[in-house]
Amino acid sequence: MDKEYSEETIDRFQDPEYSGEIENADAVGKAGNPSCGDVLKVFLKIEDNVIKKARFKTYGCIAAIASSDELCEMLEGKTVEEARKITGKDISQELGELPPVKYHCSVLGTEALKDALDNYKEE
Amino acid sequence: MSELEVYLDNGSTTKTDSEAFEKMKPYFTEKYGNPASLHKEGKEAKKAINKSKRIIADTLNADKKEIIFTSGGTESDNLALKGIAFENKEKGKHIITTKIEHDAVLKSAKWLEEQGFKITYLDVDEEGFVDQEQLKREITDETILVSIIHGNNEIGTIQSLKELSEITHEHSKNAYFHTDACQSYTKTNLDVKEQNLDLVSINSHKIHGPKGVGALYIKKGTEIHPWQHGGGHEKGMRSGTLNTHGVVGFAEAAKNNYENKEKNIEKMTSLRDKLIEEILKIEKTKLNGPKGSKRLPNNINICFNNIEGEALSGYLNRKGIYASTGSACSSLDLEPSHVLTAIGLTKQEANSCLRITLSKYNTKEEINYVLKELPDVVKRLRDMSPL
Ligand code: FES
Repeated sequence: MDKEYSEETIDRFQDPEYSGEIENADAVGKAGNPSCGDVLKVFLKIEDNVIKKARFKTYGCIAAIASSDELCEMLEGKTVEEARKITGKDISQELGELPPVKYHCSVLGTEALKDALDNYKEE
Repeated sequence: MSELEVYLDNGSTTKTDSEAFEKMKPYFTEKYGNPASLHKEGKEAKKAINKSKRIIADTLNADKKEIIFTSGGTESDNLALKGIAFENKEKGKHIITTKIEHDAVLKSAKWLEEQGFKITYLDVDEEGFVDQEQLKREITDETILVSIIHGNNEIGTIQSLKELSEITHEHSKNAYFHTDACQSYTKTNLDVKEQNLDLVSINSHKIHGPKGVGALYIKKGTEIHPWQHGGGHEKGMRSGTLNTHGVVGFAEAAKNNYENKEKNIEKMTSLRDKLIEEILKIEKTKLNGPKGSKRLPNNINICFNNIEGEALSGYLNRKGIYASTGSACSSLDLEPSHVLTAIGLTKQEANSCLRITLSKYNTKEEINYVLKELPDVVKRLRDMSPL
């Protein structure tokens, strides 16, 4: 089952560093995958347009959890504009490439992020 | 690294018995003749095949002539469905099966549908038992085959074959009754005479025999259309030089596990029930499939709310605990298990299930280790879940 995953993906999945919630987050976003019922939530702390802290909560597979963790690490320190440019492909690359059938799990992360940033703007 | 390695995926495949492995060895380098050849080497191989057939036949209360060897359960199922369908298409084109079959049956049925056969997929109740009334309603003389899985590979439900085959034979003069018994073979009662079965698929690697070999029981007088053409082996029903060493290993495993059936069942059942009882103490868990003697002695299938199955088995994997899941994320087509949805689970519930399948080799110590580690893993993943 996990043979198709890179070592980086498995490591991230097994010891995610960014799982959790942020109380009084400046932005929260959510995305779901209708085909497999997975749900991903991102919490962001933003100061002066820079993402200071990112956390996630995910119900999903190995790839979804690893992608969420990778995404949060990539986010910290980035400006809102830079964050918007992150694609599923970027996340997959950082993870040493997800198996093609799991690519959509990384996209789920960027969708939750987009949702969070859209919510943030509104405020 | 984990303290222990616990293999709990025996519904997928099993470790080959060492006795079976030993018996196979001479057939690679000494008795390697083609069983179809007339010289001494061939004769020797042929003798081994015949002896193996007798052993397998005995475990089913069948006759040696009613057994043909195949490459495994998938081939046996394909041969049974397609072989009966094409042999009897003049009599009728209706086939009945269930919503909880193994893919080997389900996809063969789907393919036959494309060839112009009409297929009825019977419903099951929330424990996975086939709706007998529906079978009575759907079956007619147009029906040429009823194929129902004996012990379900995912949720362990054991069907009452005797009742189902009786209904079949009573209500249709043309229908044969086939069962896929790959999971139940040597793990519960299987008797072709008592249960009045026309075709039975069994498999070697699920019962501690080697991979790549299986058998199909075909009741005397039942004709099937051959599916694999060639030199006319197995009375023309299945061409191809037989896998002698595989057959010998299969027979040895069958003998060994049949002779020790009661003992093995007792051992697995007690480990199974302990696991079920303890796991259900974890909150928001639910057992899929029935309890007690109508469940395969080695099968446990549990739903853990708010946890995705692939992630759960992934964390267990790190602890050296090897189980499987029917979750959508773990499958290539991203569809949840058709068996779990057939018993009424929602998509998300079906995605949150773990299947544990034991073998006679599992020990109390291993089960205690699983019970020690599992609650932590569940907690960790639930903490991570937004649901
Ligand atoms: S979250 Fe369902 S496949 Fe990755």
